[in-house]
Order: sequence, then structure tokens, then C-alpha cells
Amino acid sequence: MRFGVVRFPGSCDEVDAQLACERVADATLLWHGDRDLQGVDAVVIPGGFSYGDYLRVGAIARFSPVMESVIAFAREGGPVFGICNGFQVLCEAGLLPGALLTNESLRFVCRQVDVVVEHDDTPFTNATEAGERLSIPVKHTTGRWYAPPELLDEVEANEQVVLRYAPGHNPNGSLADVAGVRNAEGNVFGLMPHPEHAVDPLTGSVDGLKLFASIRDHVAPRVAA
Amino acid sequence: MSRVRVLVRPKAGILDPQGQAVERALPALGFAGVANVHVGRLIELDVDDPAQLPEMCRKLLVNPLIEDYEIVTA
Repeated sequence: MRFGVVRFPGSCDEVDAQLACERVADATLLWHGDRDLQGVDAVVIPGGFSYGDYLRVGAIARFSPVMESVIAFAREGGPVFGICNGFQVLCEAGLLPGALLTNESLRFVCRQVDVVVEHDDTPFTNATEAGERLSIPVKHTTGRWYAPPELLDEVEANEQVVLRYAPGHNPNGSLADVAGVRNAEGNVFGLMPHPEHAVDPLTGSVDGLKLFASIRDHVAPRVAA
Repeated sequence: MSRVRVLVRPKAGILDPQGQAVERALPALGFAGVANVHVGRLIELDVDDPAQLPEMCRKLLVNPLIEDYEIVTA
């Protein structure tokens, strides 16, 4: 099973994401200017500042050649995992509901937070338990997830909120303490915290590894079949 | 070509911490009687066909989920 991690100009967490993927499976970097996804089984859109985050975060990246292929891959049901800037890109691309706004504090936040798993029956959380708390760092200025009231109702009714910040841990003022959401079909997921920075005891937590292992466990049987 | 300005602002009702920060800063400098401050974005462009502007806004310049816009022609 092989992950593909997209590298945009301005990405900065693609190597950490690749290393995290390599702890559970194989991984390869995908260049933003290439349309060829090289037959990977899952796509990771990493953190950073794609295309300088000019205009709005993620707004330019969504039109890159690689994103045309990622959007087609997602439409065919392929698993797509967006972290931080990757989450922002997926929202701008219309693959995930909502948008990310400047933190309520207007400040860059960089700290370890607890998130609670709302659903463990997804391709991204099957190695966790519903209700489990994961300790994962955040580092962002534009992480306040927002959706208009009618869209929020729809997202909640469809059980698309996969991760919520634990009480008292919301670092950005996101609506309904949303830390990560999936699409209605369930194969695209984005979150603001950085699981790729929580894969080694040396950095304080290995909880992030569970999300990468989940994707592998979801995909691997299909690849082998 | 026509010179055009697109004014982008946060949608009404969405928390606008930038606007709030400016609204708090002005009285601190002695400017009284300031309310409802919102901070948005100004995009200036020369276009051959201004009729394309709404589509440009919808597809790239504006995120309609969170922003409203206004097209101002000179």
C-alpha cells in the first residue's frame, strides 16, 4: 500500500507527512505540477503555505495540475487526507464542507491539544475508538472552521464531524469545536491538527500514527485483493 | 480595458476579529464614535470584459461561503 504526499511550492510539512506514512506503509512525494498520481492508493495534502497562501489560504493551490487529478481520485472514492493547509485546500476545492477563517485570537497558535474521536468507523479513524482522546499538536493562524448554519446542520446530521477539540482545547474558535470533518461520501477528510508531528515518543505523543495506520488498514486489503 | 475594483468583505454575522481589533484600537487613539468596523480586501484589475467578473469572483476572487463582494467600475 502506497501513500502519495503532495508537494506544493510553499509546502513545509510534506517530508514529515511522508515519514509518518512510511512508518505504516510506503510513501512517495507528488509534485504539484504533475497530473500523474503514480498509482498511489491514498493521497495526503500536507501542511504549509501552498502558493504563499495568496488571496486566501488554499485558494490558488486548488487549481494546480495535481489537484485536478486529486479531485478526480476523490470523486472515484479514493481516500484523500488533508492536514492543516491541506484541509484548507480541500475546503477551497469544494471536496470538504466549510471554510477556515483567521483564529478568533488573531494569533498564531502552536501547542499540543486533545481531540476527541467522534466516529471510529471511517477510513481515517478505524484504528481508534469513538470517544478516545488523541494528543496532537496544532500550529496555525487560519484554523477557525466555519460553516453557515444550514450547512453546519447538514454536516452534523450526516455525522461528518470526525474529530472535535476536547473541552477547553479549542485553539482557534472553530464552530462546534470542529477539528476535522469528512465529506458526505466519507472518503475525504481534513483536520487542522498535525498527526504527522505525533508519531514518535520523542515528540511527546504517538497518537497521530493511528490516523495513518487507519488509512493503511482501510486501503491495504483492497490493494491485496 | 476597464479598470475595476472588487471589494471583498466578511459576510454579515461571521465573527470578524480583525474588525473588532480595529474597532477597539480607534477609541484608544482618541477617535470616538466608531462602530461596526469590518476589515476586507480590495482587488484592483483591468479587464477586457467586465461581464466575466461575477464568474471570476465566484471561482477564485471570493469564497462565497464566508465573503460578500461588490464590483465597482471606475
